[in-house]
Amino acid sequence: MKFAVVVFPGSTGDADMAHAIRDVLGCDADYVRHDGSTLDGFDAIVLPGGFSYGDYLRCGALAGVSAIIPAIKAAADASKPILGVGNGFQILTEIGLLPGALIRNRDTKFICGPAVLTVENADIGFTNKYNPRETITLPIAHGWGSYYADENTLATLKANNRIVFTYQDNPDGSAENIAGIVSEGGNVLGMMPHPERAVERLLGSDDGLRLFQSILQTWRAGV
Amino acid sequence: MYEVKVFVTLKESIIDPAGTAVKDALHRLDFAEVQTVRVEKMIRMTIASTDEIEARIEAMCKALLVNTVMEDYRYEIEKIS
Repeated sequence: MKFAVVVFPGSTGDADMAHAIRDVLGCDADYVRHDGSTLDGFDAIVLPGGFSYGDYLRCGALAGVSAIIPAIKAAADASKPILGVGNGFQILTEIGLLPGALIRNRDTKFICGPAVLTVENADIGFTNKYNPRETITLPIAHGWGSYYADENTLATLKANNRIVFTYQDNPDGSAENIAGIVSEGGNVLGMMPHPERAVERLLGSDDGLRLFQSILQTWRAGV
Repeated sequence: MYEVKVFVTLKESIIDPAGTAVKDALHRLDFAEVQTVRVEKMIRMTIASTDEIEARIEAMCKALLVNTVMEDYRYEIEKIS
């Protein structure tokens, strides 16, 4: 299985992501630049964390008009798995692949540390290696990670089981304690916590590894 | 030529943590009369003359300058030459 790790100016999580995919999951990963135009030949697309374009204007706004974006939308339409983490999640909301927006943390500070999460939906292609309602710990590192959506959107997310991860101790003021959501089609996941930074027990936690293993298992199963 | 100022702010329904922090600081400085603070962004542009300036600005706001999921906007247009 071959992953694309899309690199924008100011991405910082790209090497962590490639390390998790190549060295721990054991799959192929290539970096694809923001000014590329195609994602042909890739089975999954990853938008890493960081500060694309220095967070100028809004987090993810300028990355959201990059040359590579139409190819990302085409991959989403083709039901390929697309994972956006941190800034990647912000970009996915900016380009409309996921609803809502990420606003400044409730306490205005950048927060960095472990976050205890509940796996709310363990039935999608990103989470089927987790147990329903399982508690996991993943690192967070964000200043603009407070999830916002209007009441109708939140109701739709809840009704369709599209809230995938919630915080047990909401650190940033996210609506409904949301840490991660999935698209209507189930193939686009956005999350503020960093699974790629929790793939080796030696470094504190491997709770994020099963997310990547879930993607691989789903791909192998051909669904 | 036009000078255009686009003002962007968080929707009124969303608590603005930056505005709240500024308000609290003003209160600490004894400006007790301050009741609300919203921190806005202002984007200032010069734009070549066109017959459809408002439509073009609206299009720019929707395409990039504003995320209408979370933000409201208004703009001022001044003809400068």
